[in-house]
Amino acid sequence: MQAHTPNSQTSQASLGQRLANLTPQMVLAPTIFLAFAYVVGFSIWTIWISLSTSTLLPDPTYQGFEEYAKLWGSKRWTVAYQNLFVFGALYVVGSLAAGTVLAVLIDQRVKFEAVWRTIYLYPLAISFIVTGTVWRWIFHPNTGVERALHDMGWLAAKFDWITDRDLALYVVVITGMWHASGFAMALILAGLRSVDGDLVKAAQIDGASMPRIYRKVVLPTIWPIFIAVTVVLLQFAIKTYDLVVALTQGGPGVATTVPAIVVYDLMFQRGQIAQGAAAAVMILVALAFVLVPYALWSAWQSRKEGARHG
Amino acid sequence: MADTSTHEQFDPLATGGMRRRITSKGIVYGALSVFALIYIAPLLIILLNTLRPLEDIVRTGFIALPDAETMTLRYWGEAWGSFCIGGTCEGVSRFYKNSLLMTIPATILSTMIGLLNGYILSKWRFRYDGLIFGLITLGVFMPQQMTLLPWAFVLGKLGLSNTIAGLVFVHTVQGISFTTLFCRNYFVSIPDDLIKAARIDGAGFWRIFRRIILPLSPPIVIVTVIWQFTGIWNEFLFGTVFTSGGNQPITSAIVAFSGSGTGERHYNIEAAAVIMAALPPLFIYIAGGKYFVRGLTQGAVK
Repeated sequence: MQAHTPNSQTSQASLGQRLANLTPQMVLAPTIFLAFAYVVGFSIWTIWISLSTSTLLPDPTYQGFEEYAKLWGSKRWTVAYQNLFVFGALYVVGSLAAGTVLAVLIDQRVKFEAVWRTIYLYPLAISFIVTGTVWRWIFHPNTGVERALHDMGWLAAKFDWITDRDLALYVVVITGMWHASGFAMALILAGLRSVDGDLVKAAQIDGASMPRIYRKVVLPTIWPIFIAVTVVLLQFAIKTYDLVVALTQGGPGVATTVPAIVVYDLMFQRGQIAQGAAAAVMILVALAFVLVPYALWSAWQSRKEGARHG
Repeated sequence: MADTSTHEQFDPLATGGMRRRITSKGIVYGALSVFALIYIAPLLIILLNTLRPLEDIVRTGFIALPDAETMTLRYWGEAWGSFCIGGTCEGVSRFYKNSLLMTIPATILSTMIGLLNGYILSKWRFRYDGLIFGLITLGVFMPQQMTLLPWAFVLGKLGLSNTIAGLVFVHTVQGISFTTLFCRNYFVSIPDDLIKAARIDGAGFWRIFRRIILPLSPPIVIVTVIWQFTGIWNEFLFGTVFTSGGNQPITSAIVAFSGSGTGERHYNIEAAAVIMAALPPLFIYIAGGKYFVRGLTQGAVK
């Protein structure tokens, strides 16, 4: 099957031949080194700092899980983690819902399909910084929607979510959805296109209406896609940083703080790199909670698939 | 028998009569248009405000049409060349240059290395190759926060602190995970018999790469380049942490001027700078079209 570099054949071969046979490994060697340093080395490094007494500079004195305890004792961090849950849940569900609606609409054999798709997907190409800055201007009462409503003569109009402690997080959710729902749309649409047409025809012959066919037949058959999109979006949510920086800078107060912002502040603003490293490790843990079950599930699925095809 | 294109033949709107068909088509296009407006409006509003004088924006906010008499392109010029950011008044041009100097080499390097790695990991067998691929793939999921302190140290040791070269290095190493994953998954579909035949003909490692792999790789190269370019251009955290002042990329510059609440705001100039920052990835996205989507589906589902 695969091209081989069996060692047995090379035993009589010349030294040059042997070296030639090692070319793949040698070319790959720098990457192996970098990947190992990056994935394993950097992780151990950061974990080690999180367990040390480091403050402004790394300090190798071991102090155990003290910084983790301090981190979880700080209000800022617990608020950030709560925000992550609220934001993550609404952002994922919202983007999936919007993406599904868009995908089903485009699936209706519309004209100019490529144009619609391009429009819905373009936010994904622009940065979180640009997205956040643009939406901040639109949400801010001085420059955005509220101002425009006042100008139109509706002086009592009020739309100041972005400066409201209780509502600012929803501004982040809406902006995040604007950025990501096109992504959900693209993947779900690809899924819809893979559904067997005969299945739909059979349902049509049974007299089912189109919305019903989508709800009961088409969408349920592509559920693995929904899981994949959910996993990717959850990853985005856990790593969310730039969007919040550009949109609200974590404020007002700590209302929209997320874990990644706390990491940055601890490491580079407050000179508490041990606690910052502990917060970074907690982000890694959150990612592992999402990715490890998904990886296991995918492996299990493909094994099942393999068994079915013999 | 019906082929895979049966989906084309089925008309979801054919169930009702003619009138129902027209109204449901109307609903579909109506809904699509409303969504399209939501997606286009924000960027369009900001684009229009690059043409309006500051008094206008201060008076009415962003959501208003430009006045034909006072409309001008000069704020684009100011944003590019003379706008003050962080004490120096050279506009965004220098940060723009930084972003290009960071993005282009990092994109080219990570793509080239990814091509080689993908070729090796899909077409050559050796001990622990699966494990090595797994390790490289894990790099895709590493949160940036876990790498900040080690990178800061490594860049310091290499004398690359606060340099564009340092950012190129960081983005190349991080990017190799993505490009290797993309290329390996693409090359797996090249038949192994092709490689085998070439080997029997006496072709070696590099020759197979040049004669068989490279000619087949333009699609994956396009996907990888689009993905890397937009990703690195849009990146913010590394740029902010590892560089400062005049060495920062454009994303950091935008946060630097629009985040600071002090002093008079120049909304029109800031809007022009924001649009400028969005243009390169937008251009790539529109030019790349289906390849962008392909990269997305590959990057996501894998």
